Amino acid sequence: MIKVENLSKFYGARRALGPVSFEIEDGETVGFLGLNGAGKTTALRILACDLRPSGGAISINGVDAIAEPHEVRKRIGFLPETPPLYTDMTVIDYLRFASELRGLRKQDQNKRIPEALEATDLGDVAGDVISTLSHGYRQRVGVAQAIVHQPTLLILDEPTRGLDPVQIVEMRRMIQNLKEKHTVLISSHILTEISQTCDRLLVLGRGELVGSGTEEELTHKGHDTTKMVVVGVRRGDGDDFEARVAKALFAVPGVSLVDYGREMNGCLNFTLTADREVRGAVSKAIVAQDWELLRLDAMTSELEQTFITLVGGHAGN
Amino acid sequence: MRATSVIFRRELGTYLRSPIGWIIAAAALLIEGLLFQAFALSKTMLSGEVLRWFFWTMSGVTMGVAIVLSIRLVAEERQNNSIVLLNTSPVSDLSIVIGKYLAALVFLAAILALSCYMPILVKLNGKVSTSQILIGYLGLFLIGGAFLAIGLFASALTRYQLVAAVIGLGISMVMIVFYPLSKKLAPPFDTAIGQLDAWWGHFDRGFMVGVLTLENVVYYLALTYFFLLLAVKTLEAKRWQ
Repeated sequence: MIKVENLSKFYGARRALGPVSFEIEDGETVGFLGLNGAGKTTALRILACDLRPSGGAISINGVDAIAEPHEVRKRIGFLPETPPLYTDMTVIDYLRFASELRGLRKQDQNKRIPEALEATDLGDVAGDVISTLSHGYRQRVGVAQAIVHQPTLLILDEPTRGLDPVQIVEMRRMIQNLKEKHTVLISSHILTEISQTCDRLLVLGRGELVGSGTEEELTHKGHDTTKMVVVGVRRGDGDDFEARVAKALFAVPGVSLVDYGREMNGCLNFTLTADREVRGAVSKAIVAQDWELLRLDAMTSELEQTFITLVGGHAGN
Repeated sequence: MRATSVIFRRELGTYLRSPIGWIIAAAALLIEGLLFQAFALSKTMLSGEVLRWFFWTMSGVTMGVAIVLSIRLVAEERQNNSIVLLNTSPVSDLSIVIGKYLAALVFLAAILALSCYMPILVKLNGKVSTSQILIGYLGLFLIGGAFLAIGLFASALTRYQLVAAVIGLGISMVMIVFYPLSKKLAPPFDTAIGQLDAWWGHFDRGFMVGVLTLENVVYYLALTYFFLLLAVKTLEAKRWQ
């Protein structure tokens, strides 16, 4: 179990984090969510014993991470935003080096290194020099070094950053598999990433914990239930067509605001602000007028909306 | 000890695997050979004098090579972010510094060993004692070790190797101007400041002329210890930043 109490970090006079407190149970997969500069990386670096906090306490499986960082480091695997690679080494030599640093004996290395290669699907490139690998493979080598000593806590800072869509799917699948053996802590500013991988979310805004819970809990907490919908209608006859559509949309129960958008290829776009799910009613209203409905999108998911609400006051924009 | 050995092996492997290590070694040997030719073999002189000139040129090259070898040790790790692997492993900052230092020292010692054909030539063609050669090489090893420690400290200060090089060279310059500076001072400061000098006095009137004194050995060991300690403390301090 990970217990964090009043953790804070100052860079000079500037507060980067805290005070924040939270707990993570064994086997949980928790997502650290926040905009860039929210303090996610600082929090993860402190948990990984890479950075010392300015205040607060961290206990990992009963071990004080500040008083006994070496003990905690044996139980942690950390993948920072930029993987900590020695590009002049081959993948297998690098993993051997990483496992030796973590104090693994020769016989354990011989067992764990193939396991790590298999878990990260690196078997084909095990003998390749890291500098010759693509970004996606390098990220996987970063994950492999983080799991080679079978840590109880695995910390991944923006693990899908810079990956292409195929690599992102592969990384997600890899993380899903890692969840079976490790407590996993992932940071990201991409909601879909976090919501698809994590059991629970911790939302950071300007260094403070502004929300915590499962996706469902966070969306139900909903500080604001506002939803935004984009509606696209094919341009019809008459100069006042745009005004007539806007009027019909505004008449839909729950819609509080209608904004005109750009016209693209004959499609007039409107953005609706509503206090409930209105897409069904909107489609009926358009069809009832015999207009052509070309587009109907929820602009953000409920979680995204909650995220924006939670960090909105802390984002500065 | 285990961690120190792991880091030592990796670091030494880096010097041997990368072209940089071989380029530095080749450049050092070329410059040493050219300087030996230019200063020691340019005119007729006694073999003892030739050997003195050899150690004189070698000391300058060794100091330079030590700085060049050491500036990458920590700065490169920071630049590549690989320092995170060391920082998040159960490895002390002391182990990191010692492992890296020893690897650079062994590589420097290998470069020094490869230059031995020059004093052997002097011995074969003149009258110099083996002990004079060995004492000279001990001095080169100690002065090289001290300047490696200076470079390692400079490397621990920054993520940019160029900045580390400038800092390392700056400290090195200061360390070899204490003696000329002391000449401008009145007693008792002249002696105190003069004693701090890393070349004049300790090398040129000691190891270079085949004189081995405990005082000179202790001086270089103390200088090495001081800058390695500063490097360890710098790494510790960086964890707060």
